[in-house]
Amino acid sequence: MIKVKINGQEQSWDGDPDLPLLWFLRDEAGLTGTKFGCGQALCGACTVIVDKEAVRSCITSINDVAGREVTTIEGLHPNGDHPVQKAWRQVNVPQCGFCQAGQIMQAAALLMENPKPSHDQIREAMAGNICRCGCYQRIENAVHLASTGV
Amino acid sequence: MNFIDNPGKLRGFEKNIKVEKVSRRSILKGLGITGGFVLAAPVMSRQAFAYETGAGKMPHGVVVDPRVFVAVAADGTVTILAHRSEMGTGVRTSLPLIVAEEMEADWSKVKVQQAHGDEVKFGNQDTDGSRSTRHYLIPMRQIGASARTMLEQAAAKRWKVPATEVKAVNHEVVHSASGRKLGFGELAADAAKESVPSIEGLKLKDPKDFRYLGKGQVGIVDLHDITTGKAQYGADVRLPGMKYAVIARPPVTGGKLVKFEPEAALKVPGVEKVMQVRGWPWPSKFQPLGGVAVIARNTGAAIKGRDALKLTWDDGANGKYDSVAYRKELEEAARKPGLVVRQEGDADAALKTADKVIVGEYYLPHLAHVSMEPPVAVADVKGDKAEIWAPVQSPGGTREDVAKTLGIPEGNVTVNVTLLGGGFGRKSKCDFALEAALLSKELGAPVKVQWTREDDVRHDFLHTVSVERIEAGLDKSGKVIAWRHRSVAPTIASTFAAGANHAAPFELGMGLVDMPFEIANISCENPEAAAFTRIGWFRSVSNIPRAFAVQSMVGEIAAATGRDQKETLLALIGSPRIVKPDVKDLWNYGEPYDSYPIDTARLRKVVELVAEKGEWGRKVAKGHGLGIAVHRSFVSYIATIVEVAVDEKGKLTVPRVDTAIDCGTYVNPERIASQIEGAAIMGLSVAKYGKISFKDGKVEQKNFDDFQVIRMDESPMVTNVYIVPPGPDTPPSGVGEPGVPPFAPALMNAIFAATGKRIRNLPLGKQLEA
Repeated sequence: MIKVKINGQEQSWDGDPDLPLLWFLRDEAGLTGTKFGCGQALCGACTVIVDKEAVRSCITSINDVAGREVTTIEGLHPNGDHPVQKAWRQVNVPQCGFCQAGQIMQAAALLMENPKPSHDQIREAMAGNICRCGCYQRIENAVHLASTGV
Repeated sequence: MNFIDNPGKLRGFEKNIKVEKVSRRSILKGLGITGGFVLAAPVMSRQAFAYETGAGKMPHGVVVDPRVFVAVAADGTVTILAHRSEMGTGVRTSLPLIVAEEMEADWSKVKVQQAHGDEVKFGNQDTDGSRSTRHYLIPMRQIGASARTMLEQAAAKRWKVPATEVKAVNHEVVHSASGRKLGFGELAADAAKESVPSIEGLKLKDPKDFRYLGKGQVGIVDLHDITTGKAQYGADVRLPGMKYAVIARPPVTGGKLVKFEPEAALKVPGVEKVMQVRGWPWPSKFQPLGGVAVIARNTGAAIKGRDALKLTWDDGANGKYDSVAYRKELEEAARKPGLVVRQEGDADAALKTADKVIVGEYYLPHLAHVSMEPPVAVADVKGDKAEIWAPVQSPGGTREDVAKTLGIPEGNVTVNVTLLGGGFGRKSKCDFALEAALLSKELGAPVKVQWTREDDVRHDFLHTVSVERIEAGLDKSGKVIAWRHRSVAPTIASTFAAGANHAAPFELGMGLVDMPFEIANISCENPEAAAFTRIGWFRSVSNIPRAFAVQSMVGEIAAATGRDQKETLLALIGSPRIVKPDVKDLWNYGEPYDSYPIDTARLRKVVELVAEKGEWGRKVAKGHGLGIAVHRSFVSYIATIVEVAVDEKGKLTVPRVDTAIDCGTYVNPERIASQIEGAAIMGLSVAKYGKISFKDGKVEQKNFDDFQVIRMDESPMVTNVYIVPPGPDTPPSGVGEPGVPPFAPALMNAIFAATGKRIRNLPLGKQLEA
């Protein structure tokens, strides 16, 4: 039996220990805010925070996070008012919105590590998260806004 | 009007509606297949507007009826239906916003509800072709005005005053003479009893009184849900007892399964079943390719099970498709005369007598859509009834195709449209929903079919591959006197009809025969090209290779004559005029030519605007260069300036992009800007990386590692967007697609300015690296 804390709640799994965390979250735990985009850690749509680090849940097994704390977009802030979320809304970032949960989690992890990133640091840290709609200019501006106070 | 307390009832529709046989989508019309008829006649106000659109000619036309689209609850909540699919353009906000504007609803009291697929009830729902605002600005205003009129009439009756004395203002009806007011909620029940006013008699708002339209102050309705993970996309639908499926499809289009060995897959924990999926013979339209499905308790188990399958395929006729060899065939075809599709003057003779002939041969490989959400659908089929939840651009077409595929009446099929995690034309084809329907029927349980990214890249309806060859003849003064453009590419029609070897009219009209330059001798030709895979619409379609070729050639002419790119471009566009190409039945994006002609004054205007705002001619640093391109598509006019920087190792960066768009009357400039910003990224992806290739009939790429798209660290540092203010009565035109075509040629013209290297073969790849 694998035990993991997700958004503050204890969850357990006694199936395949190799099951990617992404599919545990989406299909078993019903937390569909975390998205499937590539399955190979190439696009970042599935990004969650494990302890304090941004992690691609599509290549992380449920066993890898046993005993650790996972935060998904649903658990980032109780009212959805994390500075990154607020900045995203202020800048009207999303188009289709599908990649945005992963982008927001990546940005939140970046700001935990580096509260005042430069534009170059933002562009580098966010380069693992693909947005096919092409919202990059607004993502960059929103991360900057979140870091300077929304 | 459906003024009901429970807006949820808007979803209810009479089961077993008799649906007449209607010709399938406009593509079939493009192929010359007739038969079928339009059920709902378009209803347009010719009094208030000076133009007409092609909306009525779409399958099922337009429905203008407030009882279908609007509900007012007793608490004042106004519910407005969005009948088009949201894939990132903002349409789910913009169209209801038009209704709210015209009915004087307070946007903060409006709820938007997604319509299911039912074109008899809602009119055409194909969310493609950059058509939503262009076709629905007037109908949505009329719907809003009808609702407002009914509320005003109800108030006037209550107060026993003439209706002319009352006025709806921001969610209330006011009788200013007596100072009385009634909220929309208080009037809902009475207003529902009013008859729907005739469209001709409607009084529409004066645009100067607009609160929302044209202002760009309203965020998209899904903004909060998207940022909190609550927004529901196709993959997010969960039903009790639902199974999870992935499918192994034939590696070659049209291939067949010979045998499968399921034993190893069945041993994977969580896998419950392995079953065959029916495939349709090539060309298969939107029908499934067939294959073997693995059914499991979650998607991860299904994928692991599929990896363990042992499969034997018969590749069939398309197994010989090889992109290297095919490119040579296209190039050979482009060097010989082909079917003449536009002829003015005598290009052959003029090219012979020209002082100088510049020849450019431009290549664009297949492209995959790779929307961030791979295709996915949920189906629940019980007996002769089917319910689908899917991110489809074609809710009505999906309903038709599910009914046909299952052999049940269309009225027994409900298609629920989720948010789309990107579409770009891929999700106009509902094969993934049909797969889910077939599996659910056989399993007797709800099922979700999830495509992996590898499935998406390998089994897409790809953008065509093309060679565009242009010969431009110049006289002694450097003036272009002859223009021959041969366009060779497999056609989208090949996905629908075997042996379709020439471009369909709608493809010819995308940047080939509608070429706007003022040149005396013009010949446009379309040599044959056969298709060996599924070809489909990709954001802006044939405009991508055509604009790339035509606007690159402008840069080549400028270089050959030693003139400025922008001046060369304006000289070619020529005098302000309405272009009348000598083409029989010119396809004009389905629009009447009177409303949407090729207007070179507007084309010149966007060039001049972008040149002014984008500081054309500014001094740039060493290794930098500026490029410009303009293109009319989806009846909008767009010009782009790209600044590039190329370092000594050949590494490309894009410091700045400026784009000017004239899309006529517009609704939401903030979303227009976001579409154009995004189009620059997609344009850069196409130009730098876009390539799908085949070997032995199989796609050689699989995921974002070998089919790359632009990431943030290589995206333009700044993208500026300028919107041309519309003249009075300028009809609205497309926004979603037109931003893409001018990008690649502007980039290549900039690279030439920076390095002296002319890139004619897409993608750029490592061509700048020494």
